[in-house]
Amino acid sequence: MSTVTTSASAPVTGAAIPKAQFDWKPVALLVAIALIGLPLIGSPSTWVTLTVAGLAMGMIVFIIASGLTLVFGLMDVLNFGHGVFIALGAFIATSVMGGMALWAGESGAAQLVAVFCAMLVAFAAAAVLGWLFERVIVRPVYGLHLKQILITMGGMIVGEELIKVIWGPQQIPLPLPEVLRGSFLLGDAAVEKYRVLATLIGAVVFAALAWTLARTKIGLLIRAGVQDREMVESLGYRIRRLFVGVFVTGSALAGLGGVLWGLYQQNVVPQIGAQVNVLLFIVIIIGGLGSTLGCFVGALLVGLMANYTGFLAPKVALFSNIGLMVAVLLWRPQGLYPVTNR
Amino acid sequence: MSTNLLELNGVHTHIGAYHILHGVSFAVTEGEVTMLLGRNGAGKTTTLRTIMGLWAATQGDVRFKGQSLKGLATPEIATRGIAYVPESMGIFTDLTVQENLVLAARAARHAGELDSARLDWIFGLFPALKKFWLYPAGKLSGGQKQMLAVARAIVEPRALILIDEPSKGLAPSIINNLVSAFNELKRQKTTILLVEQNFHMARSLGDQVVVMDNGTVAHTGSMRALADDDALQQRLLGLSLAVHQ
Repeated sequence: MSTVTTSASAPVTGAAIPKAQFDWKPVALLVAIALIGLPLIGSPSTWVTLTVAGLAMGMIVFIIASGLTLVFGLMDVLNFGHGVFIALGAFIATSVMGGMALWAGESGAAQLVAVFCAMLVAFAAAAVLGWLFERVIVRPVYGLHLKQILITMGGMIVGEELIKVIWGPQQIPLPLPEVLRGSFLLGDAAVEKYRVLATLIGAVVFAALAWTLARTKIGLLIRAGVQDREMVESLGYRIRRLFVGVFVTGSALAGLGGVLWGLYQQNVVPQIGAQVNVLLFIVIIIGGLGSTLGCFVGALLVGLMANYTGFLAPKVALFSNIGLMVAVLLWRPQGLYPVTNR
Repeated sequence: MSTNLLELNGVHTHIGAYHILHGVSFAVTEGEVTMLLGRNGAGKTTTLRTIMGLWAATQGDVRFKGQSLKGLATPEIATRGIAYVPESMGIFTDLTVQENLVLAARAARHAGELDSARLDWIFGLFPALKKFWLYPAGKLSGGQKQMLAVARAIVEPRALILIDEPSKGLAPSIINNLVSAFNELKRQKTTILLVEQNFHMARSLGDQVVVMDNGTVAHTGSMRALADDDALQQRLLGLSLAVHQ
């Protein structure tokens, strides 16, 4: 049993290896919605502007919601308090960027450094808060859905009040730094610089998450745990420890998303997290609870839909995402990419 | 001299308000296959789950390699050297065959770190796993999933393997394949505690037998003695074994 004779990663030679077929339909739906939007909007340049805006919004929502879907998938925990990490991230951005404003001055590079510092501090602070939140609020209510909803919402209310104590109850402006204001011109289309940055950051986060989930043992454990946590434990792995790690990472990403969302809104209120909460749950339900890829595609769908309908029929915009969720669930009742064992 | 690898002493298990196991006591000898027989609802699955710590024993003790497993969580019990193949098989359907095995091999971080020689041995037992190596486990047939479930339990050496009704719902040809694999494990002196409803399979594999009824142990002894003793079979069949014939 000790001779190494074959490569374990590719044991079959010569024979045709059956492989999984990737389900392209949800991605095709995304492309279809974008293409349907073009003739409805009429002007290609406006369409480009709205599409980039939609993708940027979708990316930010994905960053915030990715942790939420894994937390639910892994431990069946309904965390309605996720918004508090968003709010914390956004308020930390006001302090860090405000504090570094003088130092950054007119320098574009320094302004970008200030933005990234705000993201870093928000990420770390939300991670610490996430660890505390799991330990104090979530851990006593494992397996008790109703209590989870009540206590995590209560946790968010307490968090919001603490934010008011620290930063005050008033709205705080979070203007984009000079370097991120304005637009790139693509022909006649104006593409806002900040939205390009948000899209890039979202793409990096998605790539990092996808790589971790697909290529690392931790990722394998998370994917397996989402399907059958009891079996993962029977194989000798401590799922609780893994869950804490996922919860903390998800909270940290929500903090990072809070900075991006705050800059997207350009002002911050203590309820900023609660305001996004409904959108987050729409996204993770559309995507399929526990599915990171589903969350990603769902977030982009929501982003595009919100921007297109906001332009075409502003009165319908508020309803558009609920309508999208209903349509997707009629098509695929368990979401775009259902996790099969759930 | 035979030694007891696993011992259950007066184990009681409650699931919610229900008292399922009523003082179960038996031993599993090292290097042997012990069959756990009994009709549906006799407490066989509960016994395996109690050993794994998935349900806690409310009274009594489970000892493995002479040490009590009391108070240990399931992952700690597993890392002491017990592999578990549940009745549901517990296959991660969204993961490929390869990923299922990488996960089961605690020492391997990726497929390249799997013990290639052992993997070849597993492919010899279950050739279908080689063919469907990169295929999602959820798309395998029922028999192939069962093969994967057993392969997961043996991808690394384990001191004891608990297997719950592996033949359930499978075609006779697949059952023969599994029996061959279990016989190979038996030749290698692997210690197995196997729950089985198929008495013919139990008779061909078992060294020892434990018959359960209504949450208690109704009989323990050698499988050969049970197979050769019509009167004993009759008495136990009167209890529950008629369903196995």
